[in-house]
Order: sequence, then C-alpha cells, then structure tokens
Amino acid sequence: MTIEIQMPALSPTMEEGKLAKWLVKEGDEVSAGDILAEIETDKATMEVESIDEGTVGKLVVPEGTENVKVGTVIAVLAGEGEDAAEVEAPAPKIEAPEQAQKAEHSGTAKAKDAAGSTDGLETGKKPKTDSGVPHGTNMKSITVREALRDAMAEEMRRDERVFIMGEEVAEYQGAYKVTQGLLAEFGAKRVIDTPITEYGFAGIGTGAAMGGLRPVVEFMTFNFAMQAIDHIINSAAKTNYMSGGQMRCPVVFRGPNGAAARVAAQHSQNYAPWYASVPGLVVIAPYDSSDAKGLLKAAIRSEDPVVFLENELVYGRSFELPELDDHVLPIGKARIVREGSDVTIVSYSIGVGVSLEAAEKLAGEGIEAEVIDLRTLRPLDRQAILDSLAKTHRLVIAEEGWPTCSIASEVVAICMEDGFDQLDAPVLRVCNEDVPLPYAANLEKASLIDAGRVVAAAKKVCYRD
Amino acid sequence: MAKPARSRAKSSEASEQEDDFALRSLQEAYEKDPRFEAGKEQLLEFYEQMLLIRRFEERAGQLYGLGLIGGFCHLYIGQEAVAVGLQSALDGDKDSVITGYRDHGHMLAYGIDPKVIMAELTGRQSGISKGKGGSMHMFSVEHRFYGGHGIVGAQVPLGAGLAFAHRYRDDGGICMAYFGDGAANQGQVYETFNMASLWKLPIVFVIENNGYAMGTAVKRSSAETEFYRRGTAFRIPGMDVDGMDVLKVRQAAEVAIDFVRKGNGPILMELNTYRYRGHSMSDPAKYRTRDEVKAMRETRDPIEAAKKELVEMGVPEDDLKKLDKEVRARIAEAADFAESSPEPDMSELYTDVLVDTYE
Repeated sequence: MTIEIQMPALSPTMEEGKLAKWLVKEGDEVSAGDILAEIETDKATMEVESIDEGTVGKLVVPEGTENVKVGTVIAVLAGEGEDAAEVEAPAPKIEAPEQAQKAEHSGTAKAKDAAGSTDGLETGKKPKTDSGVPHGTNMKSITVREALRDAMAEEMRRDERVFIMGEEVAEYQGAYKVTQGLLAEFGAKRVIDTPITEYGFAGIGTGAAMGGLRPVVEFMTFNFAMQAIDHIINSAAKTNYMSGGQMRCPVVFRGPNGAAARVAAQHSQNYAPWYASVPGLVVIAPYDSSDAKGLLKAAIRSEDPVVFLENELVYGRSFELPELDDHVLPIGKARIVREGSDVTIVSYSIGVGVSLEAAEKLAGEGIEAEVIDLRTLRPLDRQAILDSLAKTHRLVIAEEGWPTCSIASEVVAICMEDGFDQLDAPVLRVCNEDVPLPYAANLEKASLIDAGRVVAAAKKVCYRD
Repeated sequence: MAKPARSRAKSSEASEQEDDFALRSLQEAYEKDPRFEAGKEQLLEFYEQMLLIRRFEERAGQLYGLGLIGGFCHLYIGQEAVAVGLQSALDGDKDSVITGYRDHGHMLAYGIDPKVIMAELTGRQSGISKGKGGSMHMFSVEHRFYGGHGIVGAQVPLGAGLAFAHRYRDDGGICMAYFGDGAANQGQVYETFNMASLWKLPIVFVIENNGYAMGTAVKRSSAETEFYRRGTAFRIPGMDVDGMDVLKVRQAAEVAIDFVRKGNGPILMELNTYRYRGHSMSDPAKYRTRDEVKAMRETRDPIEAAKKELVEMGVPEDDLKKLDKEVRARIAEAADFAESSPEPDMSELYTDVLVDTYE
C-alpha cells in the first residue's frame, strides 16, 4: 500500500510553506523517523520526518517550490512488496488547509482572518488613508511583521540606547519572526534572549529604562505578560508620577495580543481594556503595516512607558507602506480608514479588518459606513469619535474582546457624555462572547466577532434590520 | 510529522566550572579580616550618619503620631549600620542604589537633604516627589537613588535593570539593591538571580534580615533562613554579615564591591540586623516580646557601639554631645520645613502622569 506524505502544518496559523530541500531521493529506503525534507515558513525552518517505513517512490513536489499548501501530497512511499518505480504519483491537487476550508464553508470574516489571506482591504475598494503621508509618496507592499521589524531596526540604528529583550528574540529570530535578522545586524549586546521569566525580565527592562536606556521588551504573547503586569503597572506606569516627574521610564512592552487560532482560553485574550485603564501608560494597537511601523517608531521615541499590542493573525497580512526615510506617526490620533455618511463603525487592531469587510457588505445594501481605526487606545482620540458621530449620528463599536468593561464600553460612555445630542439611535457594541475562548472550531468561531454581526448591528442602528 | 531540528548536546562544562565558583571564597576572605580599619574622622562620620538616620526616624514617628504623616510609614531604627556601612563604600558619582519601602535611611546615607525627605513624608509641595509619592515612593535621580518601591521585591529586578544599564553603557558603575527577608521569598527575586548571574550583571544584592517579614518571624516563613545561601543555585556567592557593626558592614562592602566591580557578576550579602520599631507605624508588635527588643537595644545597638569605640579612640564625650545636638538641630529644622511647607498646588494633580503630550 502506498503512503502519501503531506505538507504538514507547523503552527496553528500556518497555511503554506516552501519545500526548501529534499534530503532523500527516489528509490531510497526510509524508516519511521528519518528526515525526508526541510520546509520553510515565514516563521521557521523545520524538518519533515517519515511516519512509516518504505521506499521513496516519487517526490511529487520539487525542492525549491514556494507556497506549498498544507495538506498537499509532497511525496509517495512504496510500502513492503511494492515496486517503488511503479508507484503512481497523484495529480498534485491542492488540498485546502483546515483554516481555508472553514473559510469556504462559512464565508465569514473571522475564518478568512484566521487564514490570513483576505480581508476587507484586498477585496474591497481602497480605503481612504489620511495618515499624513505626503502626496506622491511611493508605496510598497509589506507585511505587518516586516513593518514592525523595520521599525525596531531603524530606531536601533538611530539611537544606541535602544535594545530588544525577550524570549526567543535573538537566535530563534523571534517566536513569530518579528525580530528576524536583528541579532545579525545589532549583535547579542542589543538583541537579548531571556529565560522564560516574564516577571523578572519585565522588571529588568523597566529598571534599564529608569537607568536611561530605551528597552523594547517583547512578550511572546501578552497572555504571558500577566505574569509581569506588576512591573508594567506599578513600576513602569506610576513611577514618573510618584517621583514628581523625576523618574522617566521610556520602555516599550510589545507582542501579540488577542485571540490567535485554536489555542484556547489561556492563550487567547485581548488585554487592551486592562492597560488602557491605567493612567501613566500609553497604549497602542495598530492594524495595518503603515500604522504598525509608524507608531512603533513613535513608541520607541516616547518618553513614556508604552504597551504596544500587536495581533498574530495580522502579522502575515500585507499592506501598502509609504516609502519614507523616517515614517513616524503621531500617538493619540485615530484614523478614518473608510469614509461614509450613514453609520460609524469604531474599531482597532484586527477588528478594523472585520469592520472594513462589514462596510463593504453594507455598501452592497446601500448603507455607507465610516470606519474609524482608534490606533491609540490611551490617550483615546475622543474628538475623532465625536466628529464622526456628528456626521453619521449612528455608531457601532467592533472589538475583538470581551464586552464587559471594554474599549467598546468606553466609547459608549464618550458618546453618552459628549455626543448625546448627536445620537439618532443607541450605540451598539459588537464584541466577543462573554466566555473564555473555547478550543473547538465551531465554538471558537461562534465566540469571536465577525463581519456578519457588525453588519447586523449597523443595520439595527440605521433601523434597517 | 515535523519537529524542530534536534540538539541534545549536553554541556560538559559544568564540572570544569566548579573550581571557579566562589561561593565560599568571599566569605572566607572577609572573615580573615572582618572589621574595616576606620580612622577617628571616618568613624565619626559613620556615627553622625547613623545618628542622623535615627533622629530623623524618631522625629518621623512623632510626626506620624501627630497626624502630620499619613498612610504607611516604615522606620529604619536599629538598621542604621547597614545603609551607612554599605553605601559609604559606593562611588556616589557612578553607582546606583535602589530599595523597598523602608527607604528613609538609605536616602539619608546617600547624602539626600533630610528636609525634602521629611517634607515628602508630610505630603508637601517641597517634598522630594512634590508630595505625590510619600514615605514609600521617593527618588533622587541626581543622587542615583532610584527608589523607594512599594511592592515587596519589585526593586530586585528593577535594580538588575539599573545594573544592566551600567554594563550596557560601560560606565563603571554598579547597582546596590536592598530587600528584606520577607521579599527574599518572592519569586521574581529568583528570576532576577538567574538572569543577573547568567549575564554577569554588576549588582550587589543586599538582604537586610531584620528577623521579621512584617510580623512573621523568618523561621516561620523561610525554609532556608541562612539567606546568604540563597544564591547558590544560581552560582551567586554569598556573604553572611553582622549588620549591627558598621565597621564589619563596611569591610564586607569592600570585599563585595571589589568583586562585582571587577566584572565577576552579582553577589548576595545577608546583613543580619534588627528593627526596634514595628513593621510600620500601625504594627501592634504582638509577635515578639518587649524583652527581645530591649535586649537587642542594650547589647547590639550599632550607634552605642560606635560611640563607645569613639570614646576609646580618644574622642571627648563633650564632642559627641555637641555632635548629637547638631544632628538634633538639623532634624528640628527639617521637621519645621516639612510642617510649614505648603501642600501641593491643585494643578499638580494632573502633572507628571505622562512626560510627552499627545495632542
């Protein structure tokens, strides 16, 4: 019986990879555990082991092939008593990976987000960009992951005091490859692998900032920063105030935040409302590559402690980035990413992609939604929210996070306190379900926000449901 | 199946490194000659600093009783020889100091004006933190005193961060990070020991063992009460020091600081001391007997011992009385300043939250 070797998924979010190198040739005898090939993703290089014994019949996918989908048959083994030379190679049909299958079946925004291949920006019309980029600037397509890396590299070149520390940031090239290449350029003095001790290294980073350096502390994810939250809040955020303005703490805490894919409750949480509630912190949560780069550079230059919330599902997405020598964006400014006159959708981070997709669907039904990306969550750009409300008189918040005591709740309060006279309908929150994030694919999908729910809420405030 | 490339090479360096692990060698070097040879002038200086701390703390206790100081207030009475002996060996132009909430003594030992410290205790505009920090949260970047931290144990990784900055800038400075026997049971302390030793950071960890973590005696809270041994698992050498004799403390500091400044990595010093007063002003002190405190005061007091030694060196008692009077006058002046300074202006409520503006 022939055995098909398939392209394996190496992480919950991987959907394709490069078949870098075959380590066996056709006709070779292999046993279980033998290494057959090396494959590369944007995160890592891994080895594919044989799961059975047999003779290599056919190498279906040649080495060097890029973008091999997970599940694709890459080789065929002939079992005992079979003639390897006669093994039929299957047509190299592309088997859809699990995430993409979900997207096909459900057609929801969330599943597409998880696949990381489509979002409102690519499918819809180009959103308006009012990020202060000079007219005529060349644009290039770049992933959020690369934009973040470039931001750190540029600031490290500019300022000797800037260094990065965290788990696997140096030799491993970053658990999510955000720090790829930094060790080679800046050396071990400035790109520092730490032990798995968040409380300790967050404290050391904070102390180094108090001592005059500019640390960038990477948390592998913000879920693990709960171990370190005392230093973020009690040590970093409060010391300038408690010292009467003497003790600066210019540290950046950054890493992925919010739900990833199929990693369940302990690894899936949006901490934005936690940090945004703390005076003394700056909290930034960008969506696209331009904001990720421009705001991370601003965060590193800030004299204040900054919590910089990224999103794993967005790392691999590509967006247009202006080619500027020094692309720094203002902290504390929201951005209109799509103009509209009928209803305002306020969001941030991955929710912006969901909102843009919802806006396209609404446009198909004759409702023009204005989408606002908050970008900075503390200090919050209240005026941008109120200005848009004054234009549309209807507002929905889309937040990939729990509803209780959320950023959405805060936006509702702002609308009540300072925009009451502008409201033609109650403000609605579209948030994740109020449960720990479940593992099962169907339950996970049901827990998270998607474009359909944002569309439904927008129609409700427009009295079109 | 896919899995990361395997690398199972086991380090064979461990046995080679046993020889240069100086766990005991520093203690041995110290014990050969455990008392610093201070001249009359220098001992007089230590005596004056210890006296200044004690009179300051006594006055702070009084002001607390009068309602002029609020909240938590932790006094350093009994422990004066530790801060004075250790910090007198530091280089004030280069070295940094960080401690927990029992911080008044360390600030005075680093030459910070008692007036602005006392005014902070009373919550006044002229306080060192503009009245916004209080007893537990005081800082002087100018003096390289980095607090003054209210969360038990937090100053330990922060101190390692300061040491990291010294090494990163290669400025020749070291950090001295104080914490208590209570903080010594915090997990973050051991995370810090690991990284400080791994990265050979220039830091002196100082455990001030005053016998009680708030009201819990060390033997009731700690499996290993010989705190100087607690760095062993991280290859940090330890020193066991009598913290009630300022010259022994100073001598231990010489050994420790020399080791750390030469780039050998951290050292852990246990300073055995005693606090005469409660954990904080609200401490009913039910967990120990009056006789225990009395015996310590009568037989081990660092200030009385230094005074006796000065007299034996030939310093006239009248000179010591005169010095005591001068110290009392300085403290009275500080207390007057602290009582008469205005409270912070209401505009200070919103200052210093963030440094930059993001409009």
